[in-house]
Amino acid sequence: MSAATDSAPAETGPSTYNFAYLDEQTKRMIRRAILKAVAIPGYQVPFASREMPMPYGWGTGGVQVTASVLGPNDVLKVIDQGADDTTNAVAIRGFFAKTAGVATTTRTSDATIIQTRHRIPETPLGPDQILVYQVPIPEPLRFLEPRETETRTMHALEEYGLVHVKLYEDIARHGHIATTYAYPVMVENRYVMDPSPIPKFDNPKMDNCPALQLFGAGREKRIYAIPPHTSVVSLDFEDHPFAVQKFSDPCALCAGTDVYLDEVILDDRGGRMFVCSDTDYCEKRRDAGHHGKADEMSEGDFA
Amino acid sequence: MYVAVKGGETAIGNAHRLLAQKRRGDRSVPALTIGQILEQLTLAVDRVMTEGSLYDRRLAALAIKQARGDLIEAIFLLRAYRTTLPRFGSSVALETGRMLIARRISATFKDLPGGQLLGPTFDYTHRLLDPALEDDGELLPPDPVDDVDDAIVPRVTDLLGDDGLIEADGDSEPDAPVGDLTREPLSFPADRDLRLQALARGDEGFLLALGYSTQRGYARSHPFAGEIRMGEVEVEIEVAELGFSVPLGRINVTECQMVNQFKGSGDAPPQFTRGYGLVFGHGERKAMAMALCDRSLRARELGEEQTAPAQDEEFVLSHLDNVQATGFVEHLKLPHYVDFQAELELIRRLRAEHNARTADETVVKEAAE
Repeated sequence: MSAATDSAPAETGPSTYNFAYLDEQTKRMIRRAILKAVAIPGYQVPFASREMPMPYGWGTGGVQVTASVLGPNDVLKVIDQGADDTTNAVAIRGFFAKTAGVATTTRTSDATIIQTRHRIPETPLGPDQILVYQVPIPEPLRFLEPRETETRTMHALEEYGLVHVKLYEDIARHGHIATTYAYPVMVENRYVMDPSPIPKFDNPKMDNCPALQLFGAGREKRIYAIPPHTSVVSLDFEDHPFAVQKFSDPCALCAGTDVYLDEVILDDRGGRMFVCSDTDYCEKRRDAGHHGKADEMSEGDFA
Repeated sequence: MYVAVKGGETAIGNAHRLLAQKRRGDRSVPALTIGQILEQLTLAVDRVMTEGSLYDRRLAALAIKQARGDLIEAIFLLRAYRTTLPRFGSSVALETGRMLIARRISATFKDLPGGQLLGPTFDYTHRLLDPALEDDGELLPPDPVDDVDDAIVPRVTDLLGDDGLIEADGDSEPDAPVGDLTREPLSFPADRDLRLQALARGDEGFLLALGYSTQRGYARSHPFAGEIRMGEVEVEIEVAELGFSVPLGRINVTECQMVNQFKGSGDAPPQFTRGYGLVFGHGERKAMAMALCDRSLRARELGEEQTAPAQDEEFVLSHLDNVQATGFVEHLKLPHYVDFQAELELIRRLRAEHNARTADETVVKEAAE
């Protein structure tokens, strides 16, 4: 399979379903929710989430947001765990290629809309791009308070003490904040927001990002947004400032540092290597002539 | 080795072709027809229609076939189709008092106007596997029913209601607009129309367990099966231009009216209260469980102490949908290696610090000795 699986827009649109599956009324309803979300950064807007032909928890919220903002001239990229080739990303990209006939790409810089699960691309995003996150649990306070009726009140009153207590308890117990992904952020100094289960490594990329960031939670029926150039601050303490994960080795394929790595287990004797989680970024670097340890050893295997 | 994270597209295509093969099974065995499912797996069809919230026997049968008999998967297929259908309006409230009865029993009165009619039921059968069913043998015909006329069989709750022994059936106006949780996100507290809609779509097993828990003392409500009736009712729709309602057709439903104790309060004299269940087709277990849950969820409205899960509206309504539940539980199959990597890194760091600390302590201890 070639690295970039670009496809041209289909000649004829699908006849059985509307463009991008959802009917226009539903898209309008979702766009209204998105507009409200953009107007109140970080606030979770309830919306009448539809039942989609993929399971809840597998990206129904992201798919509905993408379907509502997608136009015939858009170029779509879908990633899961940073990779274009993970099974669910393939399935969702195939869904839009089929129902909307839009062009798809694996190149971050070529995409106008990127739907993602669990990562933000390493390549910085631009002002003409939209990043759509798939969100399982939109409520950052959910594991502190299971009741929606309570958490909505807490947001309304900016009662965020509990989150800080939780982070403090981590420090007291472990000496560190033990939240490594879905690390809560404060948006525009008002709403505490769940960034979806991205590693906290990616949190700084959300701050002052020139791209529009949209979050869709289908099962929980919530949409929220970070408009371009919005302040997004990861919660922390003065004496325990927020810090991202650091990897001791560079990527074994492209020698990239300051990137998020996946651990690949090579054998049952403790052999392992670390490779870029963002496959497009990794390929781009290798095309530019960067080679890591594993790439030098067995070049050609990865073509 | 890098291949392990590549090649998803080919793998998916292959898996789906294998699935289609497995669904069909051994080619020397004739394929299951939709007609066979419609005629011989009727209760599965009924459940899929109810929890799929779409009354279409044929589509439900197709979904069961496509889902290889996995009813939750079939419900999911039907829901995903239903969501694309336009909504023309809502019907006039069903008049179950005018039902063409196929089965009607009451556990509260030995005899009553309209009588008890057992109909087709598993009740009182001995659950002995019947080897004769391996073949398509002759069956004894049931005795013909004497007078299957359209005689109106009054509901037990209406008989009790005439004496004021049971509360009125809800306080909403008959013509009040009915909510639709598939078009508006549910918020709490939910009104009874939305609660009943959620319960009707809810998973039979989940409601069965919750209803059962109320019988075992977790929010006991002393229920009696006032009446269970199953049969055909007419669906009518109001046409604005005409000014009167037009029949669309008949559907099969099962209705359960639970009669529950209520001691009364400062304002209200002691009287029986209601729990209500209604499902498509023949689905007594679900209708009864739904009625138990509807009643237990009225705890706040009736000023009862809330102690049990079955009384907790937010808990019950947030977790009863099996399409939502199965999706989210099964999404754990999706890759989570990015998050797991983050946890792995943290736990390694914590363990390293722990080991360093214990090593220090050992040194200090040895030095002290």
